Amino acid sequence: MTPRARRLLFFASAPVLGIVVAAGLFGLPRFGHSDAQYGQVLNAVSVPERHITDVVTAVNFDYRSVDTMGEEFIFFAAVAGVVLLLGAQADESPGHVEDAATGRWVPPTSDAVRVLGLALVGPTVLFALYVIAHGHLTPGGGFQGGVVLATAVLLVYLAGEHQHLHNLYPDRAIEGLEAGGAAGYVVLGVAGLALSGSFLANWAPLGQVGHLNSAGIVPLINVAVGAEVAAGFVLLLSAFLHQTLILRRRRPTPDEPVDPLERSA
Amino acid sequence: MSVLAYGVAAWLLLIGLWGVVTSRNLVHQVICVSVVQASTYVLLVAIGYRVGAVAPVFSGIRVGTIAVDPVVQALCLTDVVVGTTVTALLLALVVQWHKRTGSLDPDQLNERD
Amino acid sequence: MNVLIAVALILIGTAGTLVVVIQDPLRQALTVSLFGILLGILFFAVQAPDVALSEIVVGAVALPLMILLALAKVRGGTR
Repeated sequence: MTPRARRLLFFASAPVLGIVVAAGLFGLPRFGHSDAQYGQVLNAVSVPERHITDVVTAVNFDYRSVDTMGEEFIFFAAVAGVVLLLGAQADESPGHVEDAATGRWVPPTSDAVRVLGLALVGPTVLFALYVIAHGHLTPGGGFQGGVVLATAVLLVYLAGEHQHLHNLYPDRAIEGLEAGGAAGYVVLGVAGLALSGSFLANWAPLGQVGHLNSAGIVPLINVAVGAEVAAGFVLLLSAFLHQTLILRRRRPTPDEPVDPLERSA
Repeated sequence: MSVLAYGVAAWLLLIGLWGVVTSRNLVHQVICVSVVQASTYVLLVAIGYRVGAVAPVFSGIRVGTIAVDPVVQALCLTDVVVGTTVTALLLALVVQWHKRTGSLDPDQLNERD
Repeated sequence: MNVLIAVALILIGTAGTLVVVIQDPLRQALTVSLFGILLGILFFAVQAPDVALSEIVVGAVALPLMILLALAKVRGGTR
């Protein structure tokens, strides 16, 4: 279909879509006057029933933890797909670090960036661990803290070079951490099945409201998810960096022209 | 206010779809898909809002205070992180496609001989 | 608070339109980062701190970085 025909088809069908969407949106309650009952019930019972003060984390990891397990495995599969797609293919081999965009050698980072980057790594890791550990008390949790932890690793790359990142975090350990996080979630669920009769039941002692070791297995799930998300994002960034900076095509295969512009000759 | 909140969500959906349909660059197309995802976040969070309510976190706040709906926030939270990862997967596909064929034109996706 | 929500919504609509209209992916990467931060502000104004935390970290750090790395690889091959 030519671009022009596609554009005409869109202009013909977009008003229909717009009308259907608007009709659906008009049936919603007024903005600011939500009448959803399930949320109201959870707000009222989360603290006395589960001793957990962050109700969003309670929904994610206690009341609807099977759904979060599914989301976590979507994340796992997407990271596996990226690592598979961007790993060394049959006709590629590692070269020296080079800026592929202009062919120039990557200049060394300035001292200011290096100092600031390294100085921020410690506080960022601490903040990430705080967010993960306090997910059931204040806003936070495994997903947010995991991404902040991956940002700390990214600071190492910004402050130094790709090789430093690769030396400091070998791929095997990161992959093991990610798989361990994903498996940890399932192990906690199976433990619930063994100890309380239902998958992902909250089997650990509930403790006191507001304490760090309250809410049963929710802090443990937070740790598992935080480890998995952090390791997954580090793998993603590593795969992209590796592909961009290091891997070079070894030689053109015989049935492909060297110049891409001559492809359709 | 309702019209503004839900209207922005619908507008983001339509403009993102327009970007996907009329794009001339595969990376631009992937970013427009992430705009469409953002429209669902806005809609979900707008559904749960309650005027004059607090956030659904009760550390230091008396239980029973009117709070916004936590269920839609839980949906949004995981959606944001996982959606970015799927965008990363799409970008990896684009990078590999470009390495094989040398072009980023969506119209040439079918002409691979 | 209502004024903040209304302003954030209008800015988000504008930023979303800009993200689509800008054709150069390099400029689009920075606009998408701004779009993510505006979404974070909206989520804070609508009393959703968990979602705001997620969106700010992901939208301001991870997403533009991946777009820029993909672009660096892709632009290198079009010479």
